[in-house]
Amino acid sequence: MTAQFSTFFVGGLFFGVDVRSVQEVLCFQPMTRVPQAPGVIEGLINLRGQIVTAIDMRRRLGLPVRPEGESPMNMVVRTTDGAVSLLVDEIGDVLDVDSATYEKPPENLDRQAREIIRGVYKMQDRLLLVLDTERTVDVAAIAA
Amino acid sequence: MKVGGMQDQDVIREFLVESRENLSRLELELVDLEKRPKDAPLLASVFRTIHTIKGTCGFLGYTLLEKITHQAESILCQLRDGRRDLNPPLISLILETVDAIKKILTSIEQSGEEGPDTFAGVKGRLWNAAQAEPDPEAPVADKAPEEKSTEDTAHAQTTTDANIRVGVGLLDKLMDLVGELVLTRNQILQFNAGREDPSLNATSQRLNLITTELQEGVMKTRMQPIGTVWNKLPRVVRDMALSLGKQIRLEMDGAGTELDRTIIEAIKDPLVHLVRNACDHGIETPDCRAKSGKPPEGRLTLRAYHEGGQVNIEIGDDGAGIDIDLLKKKAIADGFLREDAALKLSDREALNLIFHAGLSTARAVTNISGRGVGMDVVKSNIEKIGGIVDVASRPGEGTTVKLRIPLTLAIIPGLVITSGGERFVIPQVNLLELIRLENDSDKRVEYVHGAPVYRRRGSLLPVTWLNTVLGLKPSEAGEVVSMVVLQAEDRQFGVVVDGISDTQEIVVKPLGKQLKGVNAYAGATIMGDGHVALILDVPGIGQRSGLLAESREQTRAAAERKAEPAAQQQRLLLFRAGSFTRLAVPLSLVSRLEEFPRSSIERAGGHDVVQYRDRILRLISLQTVLEPDCLGSAAEPADPVQAIVFNNGERSIGVVVDQILDIAEEVVTVRQGTARAGLLGSGVVGKQVADFLDLTYVIRSASEDWFRPAAAPERTLKILIADPSAFSRGLIRGGLDMAGYSVLEAATCDETIAALERYSVDIVVAASALADSLRAHNEWQHIPVLAPGDFDREAMLHSIAHLAIATSNQQELQPA
Repeated sequence: MTAQFSTFFVGGLFFGVDVRSVQEVLCFQPMTRVPQAPGVIEGLINLRGQIVTAIDMRRRLGLPVRPEGESPMNMVVRTTDGAVSLLVDEIGDVLDVDSATYEKPPENLDRQAREIIRGVYKMQDRLLLVLDTERTVDVAAIAA
Repeated sequence: MKVGGMQDQDVIREFLVESRENLSRLELELVDLEKRPKDAPLLASVFRTIHTIKGTCGFLGYTLLEKITHQAESILCQLRDGRRDLNPPLISLILETVDAIKKILTSIEQSGEEGPDTFAGVKGRLWNAAQAEPDPEAPVADKAPEEKSTEDTAHAQTTTDANIRVGVGLLDKLMDLVGELVLTRNQILQFNAGREDPSLNATSQRLNLITTELQEGVMKTRMQPIGTVWNKLPRVVRDMALSLGKQIRLEMDGAGTELDRTIIEAIKDPLVHLVRNACDHGIETPDCRAKSGKPPEGRLTLRAYHEGGQVNIEIGDDGAGIDIDLLKKKAIADGFLREDAALKLSDREALNLIFHAGLSTARAVTNISGRGVGMDVVKSNIEKIGGIVDVASRPGEGTTVKLRIPLTLAIIPGLVITSGGERFVIPQVNLLELIRLENDSDKRVEYVHGAPVYRRRGSLLPVTWLNTVLGLKPSEAGEVVSMVVLQAEDRQFGVVVDGISDTQEIVVKPLGKQLKGVNAYAGATIMGDGHVALILDVPGIGQRSGLLAESREQTRAAAERKAEPAAQQQRLLLFRAGSFTRLAVPLSLVSRLEEFPRSSIERAGGHDVVQYRDRILRLISLQTVLEPDCLGSAAEPADPVQAIVFNNGERSIGVVVDQILDIAEEVVTVRQGTARAGLLGSGVVGKQVADFLDLTYVIRSASEDWFRPAAAPERTLKILIADPSAFSRGLIRGGLDMAGYSVLEAATCDETIAALERYSVDIVVAASALADSLRAHNEWQHIPVLAPGDFDREAMLHSIAHLAIATSNQQELQPA
C-alpha cells in the first residue's frame, strides 16, 4: 500500500498533504491584507475571480517568521470550506510513500504543531510530516 | 402501474412542478371564489385546474391522488353546473383536499411513492359531500371537462412556446459568470484608461455596454414578482380569520414588484409571520371593532414598491395598534428594560421593543402567535439580507410594518476608499454623504471630553478614524482628509478615511470561514486591477468603534433636536407665580412688561382692570388660573404689581405674576410633556428646569371673549400647524389663537394631508421637514406653506396676513 503526497518545506521541515486535496500550486501572488484578522492569515488572493484566504504556515506552526525578501509559494488546498492557500517556503515533489512507514506524531512534539500534524512517514533520508489540512485552516481553533 | 427510468423521472419532476404551480393557483382562486361564489369564469378556472391535476395523476398511475382529485372535481362540477351552492365549509373541505394533495406530492418527490397515508378522512368527507346532492347527471357532467381539457392543452401549448423552464442552478451559474465578466470588464476599462489606442478604446466601450446589458438581463431572469410569495397569503389570512372568528379583507398592491430570487426566498417566512401577527393581534374581533366605531371587517394591506434602488414592503392593518405602555410594562416585567430607562424611551424606540426576543404582548398565547418568538427572528432575517425593519403604530388606528430590502445581493454599488494604504469598499446603502475636513477651518473634528465629534448641520455627529478601528497605520496629521457619513441600525456616524476614490458596481464575494470571527467585513470583491478589496460591514465598524453601542442616547437627542427646529433657540421670559418658581414663555409672544401700583387697580365688570394707555387693560392673576384651589394661601400681594402684557393687535391683556425673573436666550435641551392644564411641558433653561406656560389656556380660562376678534371677519382663516413636536405646536398655536385664527394641528405628514383633505385650510405653518414633504404634493400647491425658521411672532403673523390676502383677495384680514 502506498499513498501519494504533495510535499513542501516550511522552516526546514518537510511536509506532505494528500495529493488529491491539492488544487494547484502558485508562485507568490499579490495579497490584500485583512486588518484585525487573526495573525496567521496573511491576506486574500484573487484566484481567477475566486477569493482565497492565505494562511502563513510558519506562523501556523509557531515557527520563526520568514526572512525579509523571501517570497513564499501558494499551495492551494481544497477543504470543506472551499479553497484555502497555504503559504510555504518551497514546493517539493509528489512522492509515493509506503503506508508501513507511518507512525503517530511523537509525544514531545510542540503542542501547536501537534494539533495539525497527523503523523510521520519515515522516509529513507528524512521524515515526512503529514499535515491535516482541515485542522490547519480552522483558524478559530488556535485561540481555543 | 409505476413509472421508472430516466425519462419518466423527468416526466414526474415536470408533473410535480406543474402540479405545485396549479395548486398554488387553485388556493388563490378558491379563496377568491369564497368571496364571489357566483363568479362563473372563476369557478370554471378552478374546475379546469383541478381537472388538469387529476388528468396527469391518472396518466402517471397515482391512484390515490386521482381518487382524491376526482372527488373534489365532482363537487366542483356540481358547483359549476349550479346544482349546489358554495359555502365556507365546502371551501374548507376543498382546501383541505389541496393540502392532502400537496402532502402526497411531497411524498412522491421524496420516495417516488404516494406514501402510506391514505387520507381516508378527507376522502370520506369528500365522498359524503359529493353524494350529499342527488347527482343523476353525473355522467353528463363528466363529459364537459373532457372538452375543456382539450382546450387546456391547446392553451398550454401556446404558453410553452413563449416560455421555457430553466433550472435555478443554471441561472445561479449564469449570475456567477456575469459577475466574473463584470470584474473582467472593470479590469479592461482600467487597462484601457492608461493608453491611447482608438481601436482598443472602441472595443472596450462596446464591451462595457454589452456587459452592463448582459448583467441587467441576467439579473432580470432571476427576478421574481413578490406575488409569488404573496400568493399563499390569502389562504393564510382566510384560515386565520376563520379560526379566530374575525373578518379580514386582504388587499395587495404591487404584487408585480420584482426581487431577486434569493431575496424572495429570504423574505418568505418573515412575511408570513408578519401577516399572521397582524391577523392575530393586530385586527380585532368584529364586536370589538364595532365598539370602537370601525367596520366589522378588518383590513390587512400589503404594499410593495420600488424606491431608490430598494424595495419597500409594507404590511399594514387597521387594527388596535400597539399599546406602547403595555409593551413597556411587559418589557419591565420580563426584565428587558429598567423602569427609569422606560421613561426615557421615545415612542419609536419603545415600539422597537417588539423586536426583542421573548417579548410578546398578546394577552393570550394562541396557537398562532403570541409566544414571543418571531419578531426578533423577522428582524434578524431581514437584516441578514441588508434590509431594514421599521414599525409604526397608532393606538386604535393600526400598525404598519415596513421592510426596506435591497433588490439584489450579488452586485451592489459601493464607494471605494483608501485608508492606511489599503482599499476598502463601503456599500452605498450605508452611505449618507461625504464631507471634506480642513483642519484650519470650521470644517473640522472637535472634541467633547475626548470624544471626537463633527458639527453637521447643527447637530453633533460622533466621529471615528478607520485607521484606528482597523488598526492600520495612522495617516499623517495636518492634511486635508475626507469623512464618510455612514448609517447603520438607524444611527449615523462619521468615519474619517485617508482618501475617496469613486463609486463602482462591485460583485460581492463571500469570505472564508477563517474570517467569520472578524465582524468588520461584509465580504470582499475584486477590483479593476485584479486585487482584492474588502467590503466594510458598516454595523460591525460602528460596533468596533463603540459608536453603535454607546451613542444611541446621543443621536436620539440629536434627532429630536433636529425635529424641532422652530424651538431650537429661543428667547424666553422667565418669571415666578404662586408655587411655580420658574415659568417660561417665549418672549416673542410678549408685548410689554409693566408694573402697576396696587392702588391703580380698579374693578370693572367683575374683573380687575387698570387704565393703561388711554384704554382699560384687563388683568388676570396667573396664580388664580394655575392653582385655583390655593387661592386663600396666597401671600401678601406685591406692590407694585408686575404684569406681562400680551396683545393680539386689538386687545391687550395683563397677566399678573409674582416676579419677572430673567430673559434667557438659549437652546432648550430636555423636554417633557405634561398633562397639567395651563402648562405645555418642562425644559431645562439655564441649567434649571422651567415650566412652559400654555398661554392659550391661561388667557382663554380667564376671558372668553379674548379669542373672539373685535371686528370678526366673515370667515375665520383656517391655519394648519404641522410640526412633529407637540411642544412647538403649542407655542405657535398660542400666537395664532391670539390673533383670532382658527387653528388646526397635525404631527405627521399623513395627518397633515388628512387635515388638508378634510378641512379647507388656508395656510399651513409647517416645520421644515414637513414643509418639504408637503411641497412635494402637487395637489396642495395652491395652499401657501410657511416654515417659521425662528420664532418671531410679529414676523409670522405679518407673513400669514400677507399670504392670506394673496390667497383670498376679497377677504379683509385682521391687522397683525
